[in-house]
Amino acid sequence: MISLIPIVVALPLAGFLILGLFGSRMRSETVIGTLGSATVGISFAVASAIFVEMLGMDPIDRKQIVQLFTWISTTTDTPSSFSVPVAYQVDQLSILMTLIVTGVGFLIHVYSIGYMHGDKGFWRYFAYLNLFIFAMLNLVLSDNFLLMFLGWEGVGLCSYLLIGFWYEKKFTGDAAKKAFVVNRIGDFGFLLGMLLIFDRFGSLSFDTVFGSASVLSVGTPVLMWITLLLFVGAVGKSAQIPLYIWLPDAMAGPTPVSALIHAATMVTAGVYMVARCSILFALAPTTLEIVAIIGGLTAIFAASIGLVQNDIKKVLAYSTVSQLGYMFLAMGVAAFGAGIFHLMTHAFFKALLFLGSGAVIHAMHAEQDIQKMGGLKKYLPVTYWTFLLAAIAISGIPPFSGFFSKDEILWKTFSSPYGSVVLWGVAVLGAALTAFYMFRLVSLTFGGDERFGKHHHPHEAPKTMTIPLMVLAALSVIGGFVGIPPSLLGGNAIEHWLDPVFASANAKLGLGGHEIHAIEYVLMALSVGIAAAAIYASRTVYLKRHEIAEQLKNRYARFYNVLWNKYYVDEGIDKAIVNPTVLASESLLWKGFDVGIIDGVVNGSAKLMAVAAGWIRRMQTGVVQQYAVFFVGGIIAIIFWLVLN
Amino acid sequence: MENNYLADLWNSSPIVCVVLTGLVLLLVESVRRGSGRLSYAVSLVGLASAGVLIVAVGDVAQPAFNNMIVQGPYAQFFTVIFLVTGILTILLSRGYLDRQGIHRSEYYLLVVFAISGMMLLAYAMDLIVVFLGIELMSICLYILAGFMRTRGTSMEAALKYFLLGAFATGFLLYGIALIYGSTGTTNLEQIAKSFAEHSASPMFLVGVSFLLVAFAFKVAAVPFHMWAPDVYEGAPTMVTAFMSTGVKAAGFAAFVAVFMRSFQYAGSPVNDVLAAIAAASMIIGNVTALAQVNLKRMLAYSSVAHAGYILVGLAAGNADGFMGILFYLVAYVVVNVGAFGILSLVEDSNGQKLSYDDYAGFSAQRPFLAALMSIFMFSLAGIPPFAGFFGKYYVFLAAVKADMIWLAVLGVLTSLVSVYYYLRLVILMYFREGSGDVAVRPTWAAMLSIGFAAYLVIQFGIFPSIVVDAALKVF
Repeated sequence: MISLIPIVVALPLAGFLILGLFGSRMRSETVIGTLGSATVGISFAVASAIFVEMLGMDPIDRKQIVQLFTWISTTTDTPSSFSVPVAYQVDQLSILMTLIVTGVGFLIHVYSIGYMHGDKGFWRYFAYLNLFIFAMLNLVLSDNFLLMFLGWEGVGLCSYLLIGFWYEKKFTGDAAKKAFVVNRIGDFGFLLGMLLIFDRFGSLSFDTVFGSASVLSVGTPVLMWITLLLFVGAVGKSAQIPLYIWLPDAMAGPTPVSALIHAATMVTAGVYMVARCSILFALAPTTLEIVAIIGGLTAIFAASIGLVQNDIKKVLAYSTVSQLGYMFLAMGVAAFGAGIFHLMTHAFFKALLFLGSGAVIHAMHAEQDIQKMGGLKKYLPVTYWTFLLAAIAISGIPPFSGFFSKDEILWKTFSSPYGSVVLWGVAVLGAALTAFYMFRLVSLTFGGDERFGKHHHPHEAPKTMTIPLMVLAALSVIGGFVGIPPSLLGGNAIEHWLDPVFASANAKLGLGGHEIHAIEYVLMALSVGIAAAAIYASRTVYLKRHEIAEQLKNRYARFYNVLWNKYYVDEGIDKAIVNPTVLASESLLWKGFDVGIIDGVVNGSAKLMAVAAGWIRRMQTGVVQQYAVFFVGGIIAIIFWLVLN
Repeated sequence: MENNYLADLWNSSPIVCVVLTGLVLLLVESVRRGSGRLSYAVSLVGLASAGVLIVAVGDVAQPAFNNMIVQGPYAQFFTVIFLVTGILTILLSRGYLDRQGIHRSEYYLLVVFAISGMMLLAYAMDLIVVFLGIELMSICLYILAGFMRTRGTSMEAALKYFLLGAFATGFLLYGIALIYGSTGTTNLEQIAKSFAEHSASPMFLVGVSFLLVAFAFKVAAVPFHMWAPDVYEGAPTMVTAFMSTGVKAAGFAAFVAVFMRSFQYAGSPVNDVLAAIAAASMIIGNVTALAQVNLKRMLAYSSVAHAGYILVGLAAGNADGFMGILFYLVAYVVVNVGAFGILSLVEDSNGQKLSYDDYAGFSAQRPFLAALMSIFMFSLAGIPPFAGFFGKYYVFLAAVKADMIWLAVLGVLTSLVSVYYYLRLVILMYFREGSGDVAVRPTWAAMLSIGFAAYLVIQFGIFPSIVVDAALKVF
């Protein structure tokens, strides 16, 4: 079965090619939507079959590499010759990612059939979405850095194309450009890291690199540089401080895209990459520390911005940034399994939140301001209930999925020798903020009075949209049961499943199993209590006593403004980097260097070429005798050179 | 030495098959005159069977006929090129010949015999066989160039090609004689064995110079290229396609067999001469192509330039150069068959519609063909992800490794120049309004051939390892 993995990857590619080449001639949305969804759905079915088969295997047999063909190889004979195959590595981690990507991807494809109904770029949309799944699967299934990088760049391209999907509007184009440029910074880091790896290990295959790395000692300087560079890549793709700025703007794309790419899958690529390279990071404690700090800071920083935003998708975007911070926090304290667990549950509830917001926007005819909503509960019952479940899950209330994964991260942050109490405190505070802004969102959108005009007649979304919502809601509720910790009498199945992947990293770090401490219960109760309190406070303020919000806003106007303006980071970057760059490009590089020097040289040499061409042409007279003369001249020159010299 | 004629026949069976196909075509022609359609089918079947045989014979090196020829990976690699070129040319030719009103069966006969000559060059282990192959190929092509008997330019092309070709043949034969005079043999293997003692003797060197000149003429390298633009322009377009691909590949098959596999001149003045010829070809070919208005002429100068690029690999004389030449030839051949194929579709029955301006707005009328043409132009310009890029990459890499960095730099600079005239066509097709009077009625066979060529260009550009692996086996 495992050897069928290329099919999982190839199907979305086939979907992309068919839709991309012939989609414009397909009249029927049903055909396009079914085709686009089916390719991903079948991929998911095949991946599930592989997963079931792996469950029955001995853990050491679960990792297999399926080699397809040599992609690039240099010709020469030297030992350091470079050869990269297209090969897929199926193991506990990659199959889990494959299931998330294809499973959530399939649901979002189905949802999109309803959401994108009537759009003139319907076929283009599904073609891009299929291409995205293909690229993402390459990213997670690759057995070497280069193919992973191909997937990495591929998802970046798809993200760009889909953010700017409605390219007639200027701001979508700007947002797409911003995402692309900011991602380039990260990608450049990844690329440098990859080159350094090749320089150091002479290979880009995971097995070879990780194998040679595992004999190195902890703290080898080159590993610190490698991991830092790789982490720069992760920071870009997974929207961490300071490169998170593209993600909120990326909400300009269609909402299902935000759900799939900018919440559930692509932005978690950085987390996946760090987990995949866990052994490298384990050997670089300094980097781990930086990862943890960046993750923790991002978690609380983005959550605080989320407190005051009024655009429904912006709130969710900052929430995504914040939750990704938690995942990196987990990575940084060497709780790789916990991070991946949170990645999975987050994929469920955040995709659900975005799809729910999509249903709201759909119902409100493109209105996104939650201050102009309210009382939607009775018009959109399915959306409301599923949205509410997701909000509870993300807030970390047991026994919903988010509770188990977030609590595991909090506990590891507290108890791991690589964690700290300060980071734990930051994370708990972040969790409280999360619960607060989520219920602010729920209350303002669905509860309270109707604040929209009479011309709006909100209506529930069609079945293709509500069914994915319900499936994701079920997953958000029960998805955490695979990771119930021993302290709650669970087996933490998911971390056991992932153990072999992180075994060598854990061995390096000297991390053992999960012991039960009394303090764990205290901390658990504390974090749940804080989250519940935050929910209560939020509901009180936004459902019953609106004036409190106004009073707070007025009393702490300065603080409020800082949050409202997102800490002025965008403005700061504009002033410090963008404007000077534009200015220098325009006056110096463009009008000075480009026009003056480059164009001068280019036009000059072009003129020279034209003159030369005209001159040489005149030798071509059409007279055969003359050709023979040149011929003989050539012979004489050669003989002169070779014999008489 | 005992001769096993059956084994020899088996080892040379692909050539035998092609020659037999030619003979059958002769019979067909004498029994049923003017049966172009039958000859078309016979020639395709014959070439395809030769393709089956080349696979069946296997790739273990086997000498045959007293070491006159040798079957092996080298012969196999080039034969595949020739057969693919031949089949694509024939598939494209039928419709073209019909449109031009010159669909006569001897066309196929001549193409098939020319291919047998090319194959001899790939199999040759003896200078006499090289001579035989070159003559067999060339004589067929002299006739093919003048195949359009009613058109003056075609006759002029044939005559010019013949006169200068005969001139070059003289040098080839004289060179072989001089080498025989100084070494006492014409067998390439034996020359290679005793190479060290002869390599510096003046008589041998003069012989080498003459061979070099003759081969340089066949591949149209500067300054022996002057025939190419006139002949390419005058000959029927599909003949030009065949000339610029098959003949060039065959010329290089002989060039490489003699100058890389037999003579060990790497790093000596001989390779400096090759480098000089390569440099001159790249410069003159590319610069002159800039000033052309006729696309056949443009492609003629471009073919001079590409001969220069391939010669870079020959001048480098190392393993990478060898690899580069093989890769480059594959890339160049498929692209040129496709590009000329499109030219032959657009050309009208008066031999017009061959200039740049005729392609203005082509993308609006024939979007698919315009897209394919763009792919071919991008590949010729050496832009990834098309096959042409890797061809250039490998030959330039070889030059760098052979300490001829100046040659690689020159190659890159002249490629830059070439972008102008290749992409000019793309710009015209996509960004200019056309008069809209280009009537294209392609046959299915033609569309299939062009599409297949484009497919290969992309396939080899994205997965170069397919060709690289095959080429590494040859080395």
